[in-house]
This record gives sequence, structure tokens and C-alpha cells, in this order.
Amino acid sequence: MSTTSKVADTNGGTAARSGKPSKVGAAANWADERLGLAGLAKKNLRKVFPDHWSFMLGEIALWSFVVLLVTGVFLTFWFNPSMTEIEYQGSYAPLRGSYISEAFNSSLHISFDVRGGLLLRQMHHWAAHLFIGSMLIHMMRVFLTGAYRKPREINWVIGVLLLTLGTLEGFTGYSLPDDLLSGTGVRAADGFVKSIPVIGTYGSFLLFGDEFPGHSIIPRLYIIHVLLIPGLILGLIAAHMLLLVYHKHTQWPGPGRTEQNVVGFPMLPVYAAKAGGFFFIVFGATALMGGLMTINPIWMYGPYDPTKVTAGSQPDWYMGWPDGLLRIIPGWTEVSFWGVTLALPVFLTVILMPTLIITFLILYPFIDNWISGDKREHHLLQRPRDTPARTGLMAALVTFYVLALFAGGNDIIAIRLDLSINQITYFLRAAIFLGPILAFWITKRWCISLQRHAKEQALHGYETGIIERSPDGAYSERHLPLPDAKQALIVGRERDQLLELEPAVDKNGVERPHNRKERLRLALNRFWFADNLQPPTAAEIEAAHHHHDGHDGHELEAGAHDDDRDALVKGH
Amino acid sequence: MRFLNRSAGRLSRHRRGRFAGLAVLLVALLVTGGAYAALAPAGQAEQSQDNAELVEQGRELFLVGCSTCHGQNGEGVLDVNGNQLGPSLQGVGGAAVDFQVGTGRMPMVQPGQQNPRKSVAYSDDETAALAAFVQSLAPGPDVPDESDYDPSSIYELPEDERDAAINRGQQIFLTNCTACHNFNGRGGAMPRGGYAPTLRGVSDKHIYEAMLTGPSQMDVFSDGNIPPENKREVIAFLETLQEQPQQGGFSLGGLGPVGEGLYVWVVGIGGLVGFAVWIAAHTTRTKKGKETA
Repeated sequence: MSTTSKVADTNGGTAARSGKPSKVGAAANWADERLGLAGLAKKNLRKVFPDHWSFMLGEIALWSFVVLLVTGVFLTFWFNPSMTEIEYQGSYAPLRGSYISEAFNSSLHISFDVRGGLLLRQMHHWAAHLFIGSMLIHMMRVFLTGAYRKPREINWVIGVLLLTLGTLEGFTGYSLPDDLLSGTGVRAADGFVKSIPVIGTYGSFLLFGDEFPGHSIIPRLYIIHVLLIPGLILGLIAAHMLLLVYHKHTQWPGPGRTEQNVVGFPMLPVYAAKAGGFFFIVFGATALMGGLMTINPIWMYGPYDPTKVTAGSQPDWYMGWPDGLLRIIPGWTEVSFWGVTLALPVFLTVILMPTLIITFLILYPFIDNWISGDKREHHLLQRPRDTPARTGLMAALVTFYVLALFAGGNDIIAIRLDLSINQITYFLRAAIFLGPILAFWITKRWCISLQRHAKEQALHGYETGIIERSPDGAYSERHLPLPDAKQALIVGRERDQLLELEPAVDKNGVERPHNRKERLRLALNRFWFADNLQPPTAAEIEAAHHHHDGHDGHELEAGAHDDDRDALVKGH
Repeated sequence: MRFLNRSAGRLSRHRRGRFAGLAVLLVALLVTGGAYAALAPAGQAEQSQDNAELVEQGRELFLVGCSTCHGQNGEGVLDVNGNQLGPSLQGVGGAAVDFQVGTGRMPMVQPGQQNPRKSVAYSDDETAALAAFVQSLAPGPDVPDESDYDPSSIYELPEDERDAAINRGQQIFLTNCTACHNFNGRGGAMPRGGYAPTLRGVSDKHIYEAMLTGPSQMDVFSDGNIPPENKREVIAFLETLQEQPQQGGFSLGGLGPVGEGLYVWVVGIGGLVGFAVWIAAHTTRTKKGKETA
């Protein structure tokens, strides 16, 4: 849509002439004269993003949230968040004549009597799963590559808040249809609130407005689900994206990539196309799942009734890990004294543990910064193997999460794998403590081994698999230097800095006030970094090259090698 | 009408008579006895003879196939440690035998937490004989008649009554059965490796007998608890459930949120991460059209 018919490419030729403006150009000009967006657009449409598959995980979350908004608005047209009891007279025959709540009735109406309603309902539910799942893997990517480091700590905190709010949003949505399963979930939530010492009962009555179930919980959850939390999530997503633009995207180390630049492709046309295309892929995947795979068949669960429960009553998977901890915590943790019972099994697993984990995640960038003592800005990412302890920590967290999730599905695992539910419980009681420790240790050692391997390759090249025989009969394998990008990834990373303990007594002979804290910090610093391998120095690389030159050319240049082969082929 | 009134009046005059009570009692006894004689299954003598043969046939089968654990008279057997090898069958009734043998659960392969359904070892006639033998040991719920468990009468009702009956069946099922057998009748876990089996592909008769006799860890739902009519409604509901089209698409095992979580991670997240890799791997071309070298 160029408005220039001839572009001057030299000083000597004719001047550039403006051509006849196109209609689109005229419209854009009209808008720009009134809104003045051209400058902004010019800058941002040319904004550069680096290319890597793992940078697109957060996009899955973003696009599934868009799907959630679109399908959610559709569902609100028919959903009636009321607990008033009516007789079902809709299309689903086995329930006809049941006395059910308006909420359940309208959910059934959406499922069976609104055109496309079940598809949209299922898409909404699948998209919710995708939203939280992709936030989790996106968070893992950011954690494992150190993208949360200065200056991005606040954006990490926003991300953790988004994950928490997404989980709560999922739970409130899961509770709305008032079917047997969601009602059981609300019943459990009532128990969770009541388990909080001292204020639990008050909290429960505040939430339900009455003794469970009352008549207020569904309208209240509804307004939380469609207004309060989505509003917060939208605001936080906006902040998350603005900070992303402001900080610019992180990138892997590589040739020409520094802490001061971003190497990649511009927003328009490349990333607009890639991201826009990805939206349609996420939308398409959600539509396929919604169309083909049953999720939450509320008509089978039937209406909620506090006297009923079904086998396989589970929360959705993202709430599964606290539920799993609750399933395996021994009963003796409940204590009674002075006529008071503390429901500690419930409180510890479902209230305290998630709070602790979320707090830990929020604080992690600051803890990490305190341990490393690193005050610099970082725009280049770290490979997971180059931070063995941190990668080990994530492995431990994932192991804990997965084991707790298994505990949450213990009954299904028992019947599907022909196991005893009791033995699963006994196993998990030990594994939940030992598993993360083992995972940490294995991962840390594994990373260090990979570091050794990488350093070996950086110094001596990679093994080509070509075995050569020298004139005096010795066999050797030909090594070739790594491609530049890979070499830069290994050599280009920063060296770890170990903290040094400041003298316990300063130069005036006065004892330092925070000595104990400093010692702890130092111990953690050693534990975190002391075992790491450092990237080869220029001198080491130089020495390695000299070493190879001494040999009878075991390490040939790639070009030379190709020439050899060409010569061989031609010779035959 | 007048005649009826007159005779009733005549009778009424004697209602406070000395022998009135005795007379009423006598009439009542005569009517009951007479009705029983008239309405009881015909050819009773003949049938009892058949039954005696059946019991004898069952006893012989029982001695060969069952008595090792259940004892020669179905009294139960203790092993050397005093543990129960096989329980007493006194009073369990023919329905229990028909269920256990008819679904292949008996004879058992080995004692254990769960007695799984397997291929049936006895023919229908042999099962009937075994049931008759155990029924003869002591009174218990006998093998139900087809009219007891066959829900086809419900399907023949007018639409609204049929819906109401199936709906009652669902209510009873949700109240009493889903806690172990799951909302979908797909089964669930029980302590120490036991499980409530799936109800899919179980015959109407066996579902009825299971309710009546409460095999293994299952509760007994006697006719006083859930009358035969309601049991039929439960069976009708289960049949309706199985005949329902999969409105939402593939059922993913019908086990609830655990299956859904598995699928969202494997299919959903896995697939989309695959797409992310694919998109990121396709970088831009720097020149339009074919490169000319």
C-alpha cells in the first residue's frame, strides 16, 4: 500500500514522487490526523521478538483466555444463577420431572436445548483447563531459564497472581452448574473454610450467607466468576503484556545477541502472523476438544443433593494436588483439646500448603537474588543445565505436584491399574517427602553432567562418528567444532560468582550485626553454585586448539573434510 | 341396590352377637385358605417332585464343585488357622447362587479382596440346580422371576409415566449406588484393592440379584428397602443410561475429572506445544520468490 510511486535509491537520480494515494492510505491518514497513532504504531509494529518455541507457551494461555471470554459471554445469555427449585421439563428424558435448581436447569437448557450450547459449554471448560495448564508450563519455562530475574521480578509476581486467580476462577466456574459433582466441590470448599482455626465458621457463614448450602452461594460465585475475577485477570494480563513490551523479550545467548539488543523478527508482519495464526490454532484445538470430547457431563451427575455423592468425585486437575494431600494425610493429625477440635488435616493440606507454595513462588525472584547476590539486569536466558540447583528445585516442585496429583486421583488409579488404594496411600505418604529430594539430587547431577558434556564439546568439538585409521595403525574418532550458535550458547553464558563471607569483625573490631544471616546466605550460595561447571575461558579454548594441532589432524575443518569426500567420490 | 342394603342391614343386626367374632374369623380363615389353594402355583405336587430332583442334582454338583470351601451341607469351612475358608450358605438363598455362579464369580480362583467377574463355569441348568440346592438349605431370597426384574413393562408406559419411573430410578441410583459404582455406573475403588465393578454389560437379572443379596462388600437392598418395582426402575434407568447417545462426544472413560485432566495435558497442552514448536521452527524467508543464484 505504498503511496510512493518511485523511490529514490541514489542521490543522482530523479527525486521521489508521491503517487496517487490509495483508499486505505487515505483512511489511515484520516485516522492518524485525528488520533495520532501512527508514531506509536510505527514504533510498536516494528518491535522485535526473538523466535523460540518456548516463548509461545504464554501465548497459549492468552489465547485460551480469549476463547474463555468469547464462550463465557455466550453462556451468560442463558445461564440463570439461582438456587430456586423448579421441576425439570427439558429435553433430557431421564431427568424429566426432577426438582432441580434454576442454575442446573439453565445449564441443562444450554446443553440440550440451545443450538451449539453444549459445544460452547464444553469449549469453555476445556479452554479453562488449557488456560491454567499453559500458565503452569509458561511459568516453568520462565523459572527454568531465569527469565524472572531483574528487571522482570514484578512481572513474575503478576504471573503467579494470574495463576492463582485462574485457579480460583476455574473453581468458581466448576461450582456454578449445581450438578452433583460441583455441589460436592462446594461442600468440600465449605469444609475447607471451616477448617481454618477460630475464624473458619464465621468465614463459612460469610461465604454462604447461611448454613450450607443456603440460597446465596451460586449467585455469589456467579458474580465472582463473571465479573470480579475476570476483571482482575484482564487487568493483570494487560499489566503483564505492557511490562513485556517495556522490558522487551528475553532471548537465548547466541552470535550477535547481547544484554543490550534483541535479535528476532518484527511484530509486523512476522509476529502478527505467527501470533495471530496461533490464536486460530488454539481456538481450533479448543473447538475440536469441545466438539469431540465429553467434559463434565452434568446430565449424568444429576442435580446436587447434599445426601448424595458419586465415586470418582474429584475436583478439576488444577485443584487436585491439595485434594491429593488431603487424601493421604494421616488422620491422627486432627487434634482435640478443651472441647475444641482443630481440623488440621484439612487446614494443613488445603489451606496452608497452597498459601505457602504461592508465597514461595511470589518471593522466589527475591530469594534467588538474595542467594546469588546478583544486582545486574539480565536479558539473556540461562539454559536449565547451567543452573543445576534451580533446575533441580523445579524438578522437586514438579515431582511434589505430580505425586500430590496422583494422590488426588488415587481411586481411579486403583481401579485402572488394579492396585490397592491403601497401598497407594502408604507409598505416597513416603514418596511425597522422598520423591522431591531424589528428583532434586538426580536433576542437579544430571545438569552438571550435561554441563561437562557441553564444555567438552565446546573445547574439543563434537563426535562425528567417523573413525579414522592413521598410517601407523592407531584408530581415532574425528571431532568437529560445534556450529556457531551452539558454541555461543555454551561459551557465551555468564560465569557464576560465589559470594565471599565478609569478615565477622569489621576493621574497628566491631562484630557485624547480621553475621548469622550472612552465613546462611553464604551456605545457600555455595549449595546453589559451588558444584557448577564454569564455561571455558578464552585461554582454555586456545589451549584446546593448540592441543589438537599437536595431533595428526584428528580434528579437521568441516570444509576440508567435505573436500576430502568429494575428492574420494570423484576419484572412484 | 335396595337388596344389598337390606342384606347388609340384616347382617348388621348380628354384628354385636356373641359368636360374631368367631364367625368372622372362620370366614376369614376359609377365604384365605381357599384362595391360597386356588391361587398357589398349579401342580404343586408335580413341581415339588421336579424341585426335589433339581435339589438332588444341585447337591451332587455342590459336593463336587463347592463343598471344599463351603462344606458338604453349605455350613462353611474353617481352615487350620480358624480363618473362614468359605462362608456358610445357610439362608443366602438361590438368588445369591444365581448371581455368584451366573456371573462366573463362583467358583472362585483363590480367596482375595475382590472376587472378579470371569467366564461362567456352569451351564444355566446346572446353575439353577445349585441355586435350588442352596435354597433348600434354609429360606432366603430365591432366584427372581422374570416379571420381577424385566423393566420392559416400564417402557410400555405412557411417556410421562415412563419418564417419571426412569427418573425415580435415577434418584434411587444416585442416592444408593453412585457412591461406589460412580455416576455413570462405571465402578469405583474400595479399600485394599477391592472395587465396585462396572454395571455396563451386566444382565438385568444379575443387577436385580445383586441388589437383593448384596454380594461381597455391597449392601443388601431387600424388598422392604427397595421394592421390586423400584428395583426395576433402577434397572430401567441403567439401561437408559447405556442407550444414551454420547451427547458430548467421546466419553474419555466416563470416570470424571481425572480422565479429563489426563486428556487436557496429553491432547490439549501436548498438541498445542507441538504447534508452538512447529510455528517457531518455520522462520521467515528473506527474499520473495525463488532464490536465484
